[in-house]
Amino acid sequence: MSGYNFAYLDEQTKRMIRRAILKAVAIPGHQVPFGGREMPLPYGWGTGGIQVTAAILGPSDVLKVIDQGADDTTNAVSIRRFFARTAGIETTTHTADASVIQTRHRIPETPLRADQIIVYQVPLPEPLAKLEQSRAETRQMHALAEYGLMHVKLYEDIARYGHISISYDYPVMVNGRYLMSPSPIPAFDTPKMHRMAALQLFGAGREKRIYAIPPHTDVKPLDFDDHPFRLTRAPQACGLCGARDSYLDEVVMDDRGGRLFVCSDTDYCAGRQSMRQDEDAAA
Amino acid sequence: MAYVAVKGGERAIDAAHDWLARARRGDRSLPEIGTAQIASQLGRAVDRVMAEGSCYDPDLAALAIKQAQGDLIEAAFLLRAYRTTLPRFAHSEPVETDAMLLRRRISAIYKDLPGGQVLGPTYDYTHRLLDFALAAESLEVTPLPLAAASSEDTPRVTALLDQEGLIEPSGVSTEAEPGDLTRDALAFPAERDVRLQSLARGDEGFLLALGYSTQRGYGNNHPFVGEIRVGEVAVELVPPELGFPITIGTITLTECEMVNQFSGSKTEPPQFTRGYGLCFGHSERRAMGMALVDRAMRAEELGENATAPAQDIEFVLSHCDNIEATGFVEHLKLPHYVDFQSELETIRRMRATATAATAATVATETEA
Amino acid sequence: MSEHLLSATGLHLSFGAIWALDGVDATLWPGEILAVVGESGSGKTTLLHVLSGRSAPDAGLVAYRDTEGVAHNVHAMPAPQLRALHRSDWGFVHQNPRDALRMEVSAGGNVGERLMAQGARHYGVIRESAIDWLRQVEISPSRIDDMPHTFSGGMLQRLQIARTLATHPRLVFMDEPTGGLDVSVQARLLDLIRTLVARLGIAVVLVTHDIAVARLLADRILVMRHGRVVEGGLTDQVLDDPQHPYTQLLVSSVLQA
Repeated sequence: MSGYNFAYLDEQTKRMIRRAILKAVAIPGHQVPFGGREMPLPYGWGTGGIQVTAAILGPSDVLKVIDQGADDTTNAVSIRRFFARTAGIETTTHTADASVIQTRHRIPETPLRADQIIVYQVPLPEPLAKLEQSRAETRQMHALAEYGLMHVKLYEDIARYGHISISYDYPVMVNGRYLMSPSPIPAFDTPKMHRMAALQLFGAGREKRIYAIPPHTDVKPLDFDDHPFRLTRAPQACGLCGARDSYLDEVVMDDRGGRLFVCSDTDYCAGRQSMRQDEDAAA
Repeated sequence: MAYVAVKGGERAIDAAHDWLARARRGDRSLPEIGTAQIASQLGRAVDRVMAEGSCYDPDLAALAIKQAQGDLIEAAFLLRAYRTTLPRFAHSEPVETDAMLLRRRISAIYKDLPGGQVLGPTYDYTHRLLDFALAAESLEVTPLPLAAASSEDTPRVTALLDQEGLIEPSGVSTEAEPGDLTRDALAFPAERDVRLQSLARGDEGFLLALGYSTQRGYGNNHPFVGEIRVGEVAVELVPPELGFPITIGTITLTECEMVNQFSGSKTEPPQFTRGYGLCFGHSERRAMGMALVDRAMRAEELGENATAPAQDIEFVLSHCDNIEATGFVEHLKLPHYVDFQSELETIRRMRATATAATAATVATETEA
Repeated sequence: MSEHLLSATGLHLSFGAIWALDGVDATLWPGEILAVVGESGSGKTTLLHVLSGRSAPDAGLVAYRDTEGVAHNVHAMPAPQLRALHRSDWGFVHQNPRDALRMEVSAGGNVGERLMAQGARHYGVIRESAIDWLRQVEISPSRIDDMPHTFSGGMLQRLQIARTLATHPRLVFMDEPTGGLDVSVQARLLDLIRTLVARLGIAVVLVTHDIAVARLLADRILVMRHGRVVEGGLTDQVLDDPQHPYTQLLVSSVLQA
């Protein structure tokens, strides 16, 4: 696109962001402040992820963008178009074909590889924010690794409900040191972060923080020995591809309680459907 | 029953943008509004967009207002997003509001003072009666005869107080490099330079409401308008190859200096304290709100009990930027299927547990 | 004096022209209760804050001997170490329990917080411990999931004590722990503190303006006035035979009351 630099941001800004990313990779799970820029998309719609993606994209990259697991949700379309327009790079909806995957609220079902990077959009990077409003105080809690308060919250959950009731944005310990918000992915996705082969980058635009999980790093959900972390998934199989191992969206079919459960990861679902058709054709 | 996953995001976006463009143009039998008209006739709107967009360019602000159909926050956002792509060539020298070419200058604490009270173009004493004559088009306004500019010096009101030692020193060090909110993330605790930067681009309504709240007892600091001045100041910068300042243009600014009561502390005798407001363009409401909130946020520094929202630095600074605020509030429109699905599963499980427990109790009671 | 748990020498601290601490020495032995008495403005609360590392003195030294017998300069400790000490070996009981308790967290969560901060990760064990501590401070275990705002003033103070003692600290600082409570509630609380502290062998620095509280709880007593210790010694000795005129005045005013 004329009048703009490759991938929108000027090179100085990209260097600033890359420095923040390097620091973030060096201190897994630690929130690194960065001079976040206003982007032509609104705050809260992925500006942090977009800045991180813009800073790491090269001309040979292939970009996939998902929102809620799907490539065709409007915000995913909008961001994918933004980079197609400002960077002129190739885009894809196939997880396996992408070198960079920007995501909001999901991790693809297909395991990621060492030559891929996943960029998470983060609305609220501070996992302690709901328990302690002051960022000056939470900063100190991170510095001293004082995370007892987070366990108090989990204790209260069990005392009240009999189990931990956090179903998404489940707090995790990264590399045994920093408490981290995994962004609002469902708890179902949290185990995928543990020792993932791909580099995981997190961008929070409004709050101007970047953090990272290097490949093969330990990521442990907070829990109790006698109330271990457990994930939540609708018990059904996908109504389109029959998957029982994927995270499902619930689709309201009518006003009489009709429901259909389908994979939230549209690429995964489509892949399984076409495999089925091939098998049917072969049979 | 056939379910097809919702597709067609691309087409929907294109159609939406097309519709938006038509809505923006409005009734085609009417002439299209020009950005020059906006810049010249909707000056206060332009000023607000420049202040909140944090970019002084009346023409671009006018374009943003036109593009945003007059939605000023959206317009400020357009301007801010444009500004972010501009390279930064240099820093200007601090502007000298002492040397302002005054359009308006008033003080509420002295009846008359050197330089005089200059009323200028103000709505303050207009009667708020709809002027139906304005509804008629091509209304001619006879130009005012120009008065010769006064050569009298207009010293600052706070300087008059300072001569008597009645007011704290302005406390602004010109040596230290000020923080840079545009380039660096806001960090707490935040010093006054960064706080003022943040307020200068903060949402006018938010500043107004917070300032108002201090007057109503939520962190009262007994303000007086020491002085408000509106006018043009020269922007100077020092090109490295020249080594001396040159003027690159003039901008309109509104400056408000509040004079506040202060009872003194363990280390300071009783004296007046300061609240400061400065913004692009002509907006006294913004500058005054800013000055009230600036003073309120100094509560802790001055040993006052900081309990009110306007005194909570983290609260104020984290929420005063309307570009951030509108983005995050409106992002709730984005799909949240995945999180909501997790919540559905959790609440079903919890309800099942609760129902089972109730059933068990009922069964036990029935047996008994 | 190698066995001192806590020792302070030459503490000075001024607020403007006023000396809050003007050359204070104090020592504390393991398992002993030391009361610091004086009227408001005498510097006793300042002393408590300086001893516990919450405020720094202008001059002077506070040394704490850890479980290994190693002495630490409290005010030279790095912040993480001092905070860790406050979470584990030490405890602080505030006059107003609301300053210490988390009012939006259940009684059980309040008692369990220090355990979790120390790394306890078994919900059942934490819960057992919370129940045990609620019993020890005479709060019905059935209240374990109730929010503190449903508790009376005396119960809140007992909950604060349970929360503080749950990690078996060696040293507890108490700031007017019975202040603001009714006389009958005070008596029960004092009795409880005396029993628990004796059973657990905890050392206590107790600040109070109330001579009667000091007499009931303390092994030794320091009388403070204008930032100085005017008299010190065994509690019975000081209170039965006060030497300093100020102590005599304090003791006689209690007798008159």
